[in-house]
Amino acid sequence: MNPVVPRLLAPISALVLAPLLLGLIGRVKAMMGARRGAPLLQPYRDLARLLGKGEVLSTTATLLFRLAPVAVLASTAAALFLLPAGPLPPVLSFPGDLLLLAYLLALGRFGTLAAAMDTGSAFEGMGASREAAFSALSEPALFLALGGLAWARHDLSLGGLLGGGSTAGLARQAPALGLFTAALFLLLLAENSRIPVDDPATHLELTMIHEVMVLDHSGPTFAAILYGASLKLWIFASLLVSVWIPAGLPAWASAGLYAAGMALVAVSVGLVESLTARLKLAKVPRFLALAGVLAGLGCLVLFAGGRP
Amino acid sequence: MSGPLISLGILVLGAILSALCGRRSLAAAGVALVSVSLAAAAGMPTALRVLVTGRAVSWRAPWSLPWGSLSLALDPLSAFFIAFILMLAVPFAFYGRGYLARHRGSSWQSLSWSLYQILVASMVLVVSAADGLLLLMAWEAMSVASLFLVIHDHEEEGVLKDGLVYAVAAHLGVAALLGLFALWGGWAGSLRFADLSAVPLSRGASWTLFLLAVAGFGSKAGLVPFHVWLPKAHPAAPSHVSALMSGVMIKMGIYGILRILLLLGGWQPGWGYLLLAMGGSSALLGVLYALGQHDLKRLLAYHSVENVGIITIGIGAGVLARTAGMGIASLLAFMGALLHVLNHGLFKGLLFCGGGAAAQASGTREMDALGGLLKRMPWTGTSFLVGSMAICALPPLNGFASEFLIYSGLLSGALSGRAAPSLVLFFSVPVLALAGGLALACFAKAFGVVFLGEPRSAPAREAKEASRWMTAPMLALASACLAIGLMAPLMVPLLRAPASALAGGTAAAGGEGAAAVLAKVALVGWALLLLAAILLALRWLLLRGRTVSKAPTWGCGFSAPTARMQYTASSFAEPLLGPLRGVLRPRVHLIEPRGLFPESGSFSSHLDDWADKILYEPLFGGAANLAGRVRPLQQGRLQLYLLYTLLALIALLLWQVLA
Repeated sequence: MNPVVPRLLAPISALVLAPLLLGLIGRVKAMMGARRGAPLLQPYRDLARLLGKGEVLSTTATLLFRLAPVAVLASTAAALFLLPAGPLPPVLSFPGDLLLLAYLLALGRFGTLAAAMDTGSAFEGMGASREAAFSALSEPALFLALGGLAWARHDLSLGGLLGGGSTAGLARQAPALGLFTAALFLLLLAENSRIPVDDPATHLELTMIHEVMVLDHSGPTFAAILYGASLKLWIFASLLVSVWIPAGLPAWASAGLYAAGMALVAVSVGLVESLTARLKLAKVPRFLALAGVLAGLGCLVLFAGGRP
Repeated sequence: MSGPLISLGILVLGAILSALCGRRSLAAAGVALVSVSLAAAAGMPTALRVLVTGRAVSWRAPWSLPWGSLSLALDPLSAFFIAFILMLAVPFAFYGRGYLARHRGSSWQSLSWSLYQILVASMVLVVSAADGLLLLMAWEAMSVASLFLVIHDHEEEGVLKDGLVYAVAAHLGVAALLGLFALWGGWAGSLRFADLSAVPLSRGASWTLFLLAVAGFGSKAGLVPFHVWLPKAHPAAPSHVSALMSGVMIKMGIYGILRILLLLGGWQPGWGYLLLAMGGSSALLGVLYALGQHDLKRLLAYHSVENVGIITIGIGAGVLARTAGMGIASLLAFMGALLHVLNHGLFKGLLFCGGGAAAQASGTREMDALGGLLKRMPWTGTSFLVGSMAICALPPLNGFASEFLIYSGLLSGALSGRAAPSLVLFFSVPVLALAGGLALACFAKAFGVVFLGEPRSAPAREAKEASRWMTAPMLALASACLAIGLMAPLMVPLLRAPASALAGGTAAAGGEGAAAVLAKVALVGWALLLLAAILLALRWLLLRGRTVSKAPTWGCGFSAPTARMQYTASSFAEPLLGPLRGVLRPRVHLIEPRGLFPESGSFSSHLDDWADKILYEPLFGGAANLAGRVRPLQQGRLQLYLLYTLLALIALLLWQVLA
């Protein structure tokens, strides 16, 4: 078989399944709230509906407002090419690609911020300001966690540092890996505008972070934004899950573990969103500092234990 | 060696001709453009040949200088910096021709063009000098030429004061360099670099020389805590001079540190730790202070502090990795540092040009009075956007390529074990990452507040696009940023020779590995562009035939929004700076609205530099105090001075008799 096709399977599965994560989170929240809730496939229906519409553009906005969401989706999709998925290796892998992943996500963030500022709206400026601040503070935690994983597996490529653990190595390094996982989970909540940092379902603009930045988008462009957000959630969930999949499993077992892990992350997000309240905005930096501290502790545990 | 010598000759000749132009300042500008372009054409081939082949050339004039010699040498490190200086001096000069066109016809301006060429020539001489004394003379010429360029607009309020701060800082730096070369030359018996590097040094001696070099050269580079002059002097200068100073001149400090490292040999791990600490604090403090600024050019100047910090992190990592025997990590870090020197020159020059054009078109550098300039100045705005993305190290632009190499150096050194050097390299990574995240916030603010949204004042509403003299160089610089990002592996042959000289020579394989990895980074960059193009085409297909209407921005139900309600530079930075209020201590002026029908209220905040307040104000205050106390000695009366002479002679006589 052509070796390119199975390699492309990883990004293609992400592109197809990413909105399902959002659907699953929605189902969990509905069940916890004893509501009937939206069906599992609702995110796909939303996307299809938006793709069929026209658009309304702000008179203040420039061409940038139309280009930025496209750049955001392109950069998030490009990041998918660097990620392994269970038994599937990444499409492109080289030492240091974790940096490229982080900076591709940063490019997406810059695009979102620029498009928000382009509307001249006080609310969107407010959202951009908060998003810029909080994601800057989450950067050290992300680099500590990924760097620590690279140290543990002695590999600077995402393919190796995520998928390279032997079963014995996983058991030995479980404390450090657990701390990294916790840090990455906190980052997942913060970066994907979930409770307790942000509330994707809120209706009050003053309390929003991410949603308020995209108020003026509509139609297919808004679909691109929603879809890009689901891809971003997929990327973070995939980072978390891949850490724990041992190398050397048969393909079906590895794929099964990966799928179960992704579902578990979605369920956990749903549970956290149902069971916790939102933090005051002023306390979000502490939440992000906690992620950094957890990742830093993980590194120290790792260094103390040494490498097998 | 003839190429750079011809460049020097052309520049000096051009400087003389420009100065002779008097009130015909456009002629002076024309002379400068021709001479800078010719100098670049003459000097670049030699420099590139030395870079690619790695073979140094040298030249020595048969004349002698007292205590020195007129000897020049071009090794790969010098060649890299010469190519860098000559390449960037050209677009900034063209931009300056347009920028100064408004107030043409003053002889002061002809002089300014003459000084521009002297500044370029002195920088070329600084990096090609192979003798301590010659380097010091070129260094002084560079400082003086740039000082007079800074005070070009001396009628404006505060410019002379900022110039004074610069003059003092430059000469304190020179004092450290004089000490460095006096000590070293004393031990070696000569100031020629070949003799300096041959003299054996004790550990203490090489530490002393290194610290003097870091103080002297680091003050020119703008490293914390020697940076206070930079955010004052750079904004005061005309924008093409700001671009040349921030983009190119401060790198002479980086060159000096690298040159002294090469000459010293026998590196200590402590040097690496010190450079990493200074680089890390410069990167973080630079970007934090930048976030607190609302003067556009001052914000950019603080980002120069940040980027010099990033370069210094690369150098420190290279030094530390080499002393710990991690050759490839050291090579990667030095390559990253050198590439970031070039990249920062390109995008910071571009940003100063763009910021200067925006400020000139709307008559103010105050960001909170600007806004909506992208519509009014599309070329300037687009170039500024490219520069902003490049300085935030976003792929596929050039800033990412160099920061990627620095990160790779840090990480590959960190992965090699758990000894102290590896751990320090490891924990430098989150520092660089935090600086990167803050820089992104800062440039989202700078670009967003100045170029996007609605204009916040009448002059900004009436702003017009800058002339082609200014937009063409900006577009050229922006294209260079994109080209280096998309063709990053092609830069490796230019970096390999100087970086492997610094990293210890034997790491050719590391260079090839870096090229292969950068090729994949560039590939993702191309893929990104392709994906974006496909998505744009899809959007166009979907929207064909559907209604795309225009409406005012959604005001969340409020029907009378004004431009004043937009987020400003200060409000944008509040979530980041608010929690740090206790540390950064901004000065806040707040008049609260009072009563049921409040009529007025205002808020403004200023972020003063920490180093100014706790380091330099006490220092210079103390010096002034001391000077005031000895002042009664100087009365201006001849009799009194004769008395001093007599007393001094008696004291000498007594000393001789008693000794």
